[in-house]
Amino acid sequence: MTAPLLEIRDLSVSFAGRHGEAFEAVSGVDLTVSAGELHGVVGESGSGKSVTMLAVMGLLSPGARLSGSIKLDGRELVGLSDRQMRKVRGVRIGYIFQDPMTALNPLLTIGDQIAEAVRIHRPQVSRAQSRARAVELLQLVAIPMPEKRATQYPHEFSGGMRQRAVIAMAMANEPDLLIADEPTTALDVTIQAQIMELLEKLRQDRGVGIVLVTHDLGVVAGAARSLSIMYSGRVVERGLVDDVFAAPHHPYTKGLLGSLPQPDARVERLRAIPGAPPPISARPAGCAFHPRCGYAIDICRAERPVLRQVGATTVACHRAEEVAAGQAEEMSVHDA
Amino acid sequence: MSVIAAPKARRRVFLPQWATLPVILGGAILLFWIVVGITIPLWSPYEPTMLAGMRFQPPNAEHWLGTDALGRDVLTRTLYGVRHSLPIAAMVIVCAVLIGCTLGAIAGFVGGIVDSVIMRLVDVTLSFPPILLAMAVTAALGPGLGNAAIAMVIVWWPIYARLMRAQVLSVREREHVEAAVAAGATRPRVLVKHILPLCWSPIIVNATMDFGQVVLLVASLSFIGLGAAPPTPEWGQMISDGALHFYRWWIAAGPGIAILSIVLGFNFLGDGLRDFLDPRSK
Repeated sequence: MTAPLLEIRDLSVSFAGRHGEAFEAVSGVDLTVSAGELHGVVGESGSGKSVTMLAVMGLLSPGARLSGSIKLDGRELVGLSDRQMRKVRGVRIGYIFQDPMTALNPLLTIGDQIAEAVRIHRPQVSRAQSRARAVELLQLVAIPMPEKRATQYPHEFSGGMRQRAVIAMAMANEPDLLIADEPTTALDVTIQAQIMELLEKLRQDRGVGIVLVTHDLGVVAGAARSLSIMYSGRVVERGLVDDVFAAPHHPYTKGLLGSLPQPDARVERLRAIPGAPPPISARPAGCAFHPRCGYAIDICRAERPVLRQVGATTVACHRAEEVAAGQAEEMSVHDA
Repeated sequence: MSVIAAPKARRRVFLPQWATLPVILGGAILLFWIVVGITIPLWSPYEPTMLAGMRFQPPNAEHWLGTDALGRDVLTRTLYGVRHSLPIAAMVIVCAVLIGCTLGAIAGFVGGIVDSVIMRLVDVTLSFPPILLAMAVTAALGPGLGNAAIAMVIVWWPIYARLMRAQVLSVREREHVEAAVAAGATRPRVLVKHILPLCWSPIIVNATMDFGQVVLLVASLSFIGLGAAPPTPEWGQMISDGALHFYRWWIAAGPGIAILSIVLGFNFLGDGLRDFLDPRSK
């Protein structure tokens, strides 16, 4: 195993509320991504996955308080000045936004935008060279007729093509790490598959590490090697995709997998996880998942579980062993 | 074959999309005044300050709009008047837009204490009735067209500062701006390349409309004796002359119609431009 490309240790991010109280959006998150690896980060809206990624980019709003460590190739990113961070953004880490409809400047041609991403970091590159580089990048992301497409504006691109252009921009300076924040959410399913294929190809050919943030387990299953499941600001389970999918050790993971439609099984109704995630201001004591958990016992209400190795995965659950053993009978209690 | 679609399609062939009736009408009026302003010395039979004939002649074949109290040709003076009104209005608008947009963009982009200081300054300025503030400043600087122009810039820049700040605040939240930051762009670069270019439409529309208002305000200041000094053929000045001779209606009618037409022209143009540039703000 190579040294980790991105190593997040005990990252916490909190925002100040209106009356000075602190809301912790992310608590004690650990995350490791190796070079050339595709790591999925899965969680519902509000689970802290996007905040974690924005923290890596240093793009959190000025009011956010951050503690812990974020290392890229062994270099600490927390505490870098904005000037130093600019040499990381777009150079070492490329960021792909969720909605390609709004992530492009409507008044610049696609080619100019990509060329700009190059020239920001290498002002010595001439206009003509950066333009040629833009065409090359469009070719890399498999946009047909790149010379012609480079002269067009975003509104002349379809959603999938725009997302390719966004990826081309993120790749402009050959970053080591790509962070893709729900890159396929705004696209329809066939286009999703193409975009995932493209990311996979970039990973293989260019050896970039990719963090894929998503709420879609299906996307992760097809593409990622390892994954982290986040719930209410914490990582609740992580491991290799195959291991987690084969034997989930956390009731939340299990619930997520249970709510996926299975093409080969006839199920009358998909199983939903009862309830909703707690608001950031009112997280329950103990395990944040216990009010929705069929396995919850007294200790879950009192004591927060820490991440520990159980079987093939790392999980934060007091009853991971029982969950893995498949005693799901209590889950049904809440179904009614 | 659709019968209903036919007339629409035919119109498109001749006219570009922006060429609506208000734009054409407003543009024609303004074009008329600009051409007159540039070429009038070449073809005018009289000089604006020349004593061209008997005093107080009503409109006749020789003096289409009559003559004033000193026997000067009213039509000539009216047409020459545009050579004062339009350049001053243009200067005022350009300065007000430059100052206002710069400060507004800084306020919106930097925020915090800078924003507060600039916007309070705007609030204070806007809390005066415009004509009153312009009068006060002109009176303090001393009467004259140049000082009136300075006063009007002081009256007008806050409108653009406020408009620009609102635009910047809304555009900066767009995702492509965050994307530019994530790509490593510096703050000035983000502002200049990714925010400002998306802010101009309402500024252009407003500036066009305000053009007419500035012409009116220049005339107002001259009317009360704070702008152009006699014998400058300035519209407000001429109306003020005409007001002394109330029953010789033609002395004030020429400049009055001139002001009316030019304000109307700018409003038409601005209205049409808004439909094209900023369709949502209707």
